[in-house]
Amino acid sequence: MSAKIRSVLKSYAFLRLIRAIVIIIVVVSISFFIVRLMPGNPVDLYIVYLETTYSMPYQQAKAMAAAIFGVNLNEPLYKQYIEYMINVFRGNLGRSMFMNGMPVIKIIAQYLPWTVFTVGTGLLISFIFGILIGMAIAYRRGGILDSTITILSSILNSVPNYIIAMLLIIIFGDYLGVVPFSMLRGAYSSNVIPGWNIPFIMSVIQHAIFPIFTYVITTIGGWILLMRGSTISVLGEDYITVARARGLPESKIMTTYVGRNAILPIFTNFTIAVAFIFGGSVLVESIFVYPGIGLRLLQAINQRDYPVMQGIFLIITIAVIAANYLADVLYGLLDPRIRVR
Amino acid sequence: MARASLRKTYGKALSRTKENLVEAFHALVEDKLAMSGLIILVVFVLMGLIGPFFIPPPTPSPNIYAPPSLQHPFGTDFQGEDIFAKIVYGTTSMLIIAFVTGIFITIIAVLLGSIAGYLGGYVDNVIMGFADILLAIPQLPLFLILAVLVKFLDIVSLALLISALSWPTAARAFRSQFLSLKERDFVEASRLLGFNSLEIIVYDLIPNILPYILINVVLNAVYAIYIVTSLAYLGIIPFESNNWGIMLYQAWAFGTIYNKRTFMYIMAPIGAIVFLQLGLLLFSRALEVIFNPRVRTGE
Repeated sequence: MSAKIRSVLKSYAFLRLIRAIVIIIVVVSISFFIVRLMPGNPVDLYIVYLETTYSMPYQQAKAMAAAIFGVNLNEPLYKQYIEYMINVFRGNLGRSMFMNGMPVIKIIAQYLPWTVFTVGTGLLISFIFGILIGMAIAYRRGGILDSTITILSSILNSVPNYIIAMLLIIIFGDYLGVVPFSMLRGAYSSNVIPGWNIPFIMSVIQHAIFPIFTYVITTIGGWILLMRGSTISVLGEDYITVARARGLPESKIMTTYVGRNAILPIFTNFTIAVAFIFGGSVLVESIFVYPGIGLRLLQAINQRDYPVMQGIFLIITIAVIAANYLADVLYGLLDPRIRVR
Repeated sequence: MARASLRKTYGKALSRTKENLVEAFHALVEDKLAMSGLIILVVFVLMGLIGPFFIPPPTPSPNIYAPPSLQHPFGTDFQGEDIFAKIVYGTTSMLIIAFVTGIFITIIAVLLGSIAGYLGGYVDNVIMGFADILLAIPQLPLFLILAVLVKFLDIVSLALLISALSWPTAARAFRSQFLSLKERDFVEASRLLGFNSLEIIVYDLIPNILPYILINVVLNAVYAIYIVTSLAYLGIIPFESNNWGIMLYQAWAFGTIYNKRTFMYIMAPIGAIVFLQLGLLLFSRALEVIFNPRVRTGE
């Protein structure tokens, strides 16, 4: 093996990729065994349902259930498991029990972009502004601005996201009446034609403002508090004193010495934040009737549409793991110490 | 020997607490935020404990969607039940589930965090590997799907399920605390005296992070309220008829936002949830003021 290949295999980004793939495999396995092995599991229930409701013979019901869930019920369990794994990685997540057996992957392709758009934008805005505000108040610690923002952040950090969403609708839509209700529901107005035209894009942005605002408000407090604490501890380090003694301009110290070092410990919290915000999309999207993956998951749960439930759950988890992998790689770029082991 | 050491450790802590109690109390009175947290929490606890003895249970009546009045401070809901009474009756179960879940999560987190942090190596890798997997799975969708597959029967089984899946964040924090504590001199001394790992964890390490453990219980209770009200709002836990989340769902679903007369119908559960969360958060600050002298003196 050449030295170059060996260094790639030992590199930080590669090790993190392996880790992400392992976590995905574990989650897919858990999801398979929950659906297949639980007493009264969905596959058996569906067979019974077909037998009783449509008085289908057992063999036919079994064949239909196998087609819907994307498993071969006549094989031994371990073969079903391997087949299911291969199917998942090829993007075959089974078919919906309703909607004329529409493939789950097609449903996901239809709903996922909306969630990725709102959740991703919300996460970025909240992260960037949280970092900047946290750093700014750390420089002015002890002042009136610092204590006000710190208290406000911990309050915002504790108010549930569905309550922020409801309050936004109650205050802006109902009490002040400044925003029409139609703008607080759905992803775009019914009078525009989807496509790359100005009215459609404007409508999409208008409808996304409030969900994004909800995500930002509920997560920014956490970033502010973390960054404040991290910056204060960095400011106490000797190398900052040395940099000041060397007469470096304060702006350079702030960006390359303080900022870069203070952001690093915060990346560890990215996992929790991404999972939290994606999980919260179920609530926020149901309140704004926003056609994202969270709302679709809720519909699938209410209909007991197990293949769709399972598929969306997997996709959300994989999205979280992928976002974390990106954060990990970025972390590696920012911190040269961990790039090479 | 171990028992004598235990008595010594806790006895010392107790006498120190007695000495500092007056000082801590003064600090608490001066810290307005911490004090208001304490007051909010006391109000909720009183409401949950003795409220049901004074306020009649909510019963359906023909007087539906009534505006706030002396008889019905927050008005009545879609089936004529008094909203204030529903809030009071929901407090008891909310406090129980918040603290039971908070305590369960903290116990699991301290156990796993201390084992991982103190023993390190292979055990640490396995526990933290589990934590990584659980952290990558969004909790709310997971609970929604589990709720379809398993039937939640009562508060305690729900609390157990939440804590079985929500320990990783707290466990990580405890692990890093143990990692830094185990390098300290007094732990080294105990090790030289021949105490085993379990004794060192129980007698040396845990007493040192006791305040931190208590604060963690409160913060986990805040998280438990979020999850439980969310699940109730989404209609997943049907055994809780007076749950604030279910009230919120009913107020939202029956279109009260379009009717200014029933403004309090939706604002009452929102206010209850926000105030309890806020009270708990500020109460955790009060605990910090009481237990951590550095916070008291302003660092």
